[in-house]
Amino acid sequence: MQDIELKVREIIAEQAVLAVEDVNPDSTLESLGIDSLGLVESIFAIEETFDIQVPFNANAPTESDFDISSVASITAAIKALIAGQEK
Amino acid sequence: MEQRRVVITGQGTINPLGQSVAQTYDAMREGKCGIGPLEFQDVDRLSIRIGGQIKDYSAEAHFNRQQIALYDRYTQFTLLASREAIAQSGLVFHGALSQRAGVVLGTSGGGMTTLDDNYRTVYEEGKNRVHPFVVPKLMNNAAASHVSMENNLKGPSFTVATACASSNHAMGQAFQMVRSGMSDVMITGGSESMLCFGGIKAWEGLRVMSKSACRPFSADRNGMVQGEGAGVFVFEEYEHARARGAEIIAEIIGFAMTSDAADIVMPSKQGAARAIAGAMTDAQINPEDVCYINAHGTGTTANDKTECAAVADVFGHHANDLMMSSTKSMHGHLIGGTGAVELLACTLALTQGVVAPTIGYTEADPECALDVVPNEARDADVNIALSNAFAFGGLNAVLALRKV
Repeated sequence: MQDIELKVREIIAEQAVLAVEDVNPDSTLESLGIDSLGLVESIFAIEETFDIQVPFNANAPTESDFDISSVASITAAIKALIAGQEK
Repeated sequence: MEQRRVVITGQGTINPLGQSVAQTYDAMREGKCGIGPLEFQDVDRLSIRIGGQIKDYSAEAHFNRQQIALYDRYTQFTLLASREAIAQSGLVFHGALSQRAGVVLGTSGGGMTTLDDNYRTVYEEGKNRVHPFVVPKLMNNAAASHVSMENNLKGPSFTVATACASSNHAMGQAFQMVRSGMSDVMITGGSESMLCFGGIKAWEGLRVMSKSACRPFSADRNGMVQGEGAGVFVFEEYEHARARGAEIIAEIIGFAMTSDAADIVMPSKQGAARAIAGAMTDAQINPEDVCYINAHGTGTTANDKTECAAVADVFGHHANDLMMSSTKSMHGHLIGGTGAVELLACTLALTQGVVAPTIGYTEADPECALDVVPNEARDADVNIALSNAFAFGGLNAVLALRKV
């Protein structure tokens, strides 16, 4: 879990052009200045890093099961997806 | 000096709704959906598996073996549409007319199926040899060149590539060339065929495609759906058309293009509004004169609310009185060819008094609170219509047409 959260913070930090220390679990993408393109790129990086399929449609970002509201929620969603794959 | 007038004297199409203008008009009138499961190699590796694909199509029914070796699917569609349009116009190009008449077409992907097939050959199958015609087949000007060759068009011909606005930009160029006196006749429109593995895979990455349907302006819309096909028109100087007794379908009265200069994918209300207002200024009409707008209406969250806001800004109170529908709900988004096929919704409204619907509409969206002609076509006396196209990259092009 720790590893996953750190990797998510690294991905988000790279998109936001910030230091990893400046990205906290309760940071929102909006507060870090990540726009819609940055979000799509972050999702792509997450998929590549964790080898998962993220159910994300930019037209309805809040309607998928993948909660992007904060770094912590993204981490939890990734964990759930990985757990789902292992079943 | 009075400005030269530009009229449409021929139109042709092949698209997911039909393989002629008559079939397309019927489908638009009936609110038919041409979107369905995609069928091509490796479709099982895609997460997006629906599109407006032209079914019941056989290249062999229209072209010989040598032609098929040279014509990508997008070129085939262009030629079929141009044959219908030019036949309707009754024009035969020779002499002085042939010297100045040309063809300006829009496309975004050009011969993408050819590209995809040949990448598969060299990368996946590991072959080191490709067919000698790969380049002349895939190039973005192939369709324009073949239309010029088939019809002896020796004037200005070229291809415009402005993504989703390509056809409108192309038709705007043709309009201005006829209006300015550069030529009495121009063939124009656009074509697209990127329904292949690589074409859809690329779009999938952007996360803006719908897995279920194209539902423009509906609150539950969840993205765009791609289509394929072509629309081609004959633009002719009014007196030239009258002198030879040609049937006049409609008049092109205005055109404007603007650039958002803002974002590579997110649309801008100001850029769209300036293009709409510019087309009306060019046409010397007032907002109250506009009865129908064929919307860009892609079915994405961002486009539809931005487009509605732009229309509300430009038209003020009149925005509530006009109709605006997106026929992409029926034929999908033909990208570089979409403006040309959608211009048919305008000529349908102007010539037959039928406004094509926005199908798949289930739930009102307060951010799209206009009359989007939901689900069923409507009879209306339409005198003036606009056609919007707003491309990725923030390039906007709007045409204005009038009943003749």
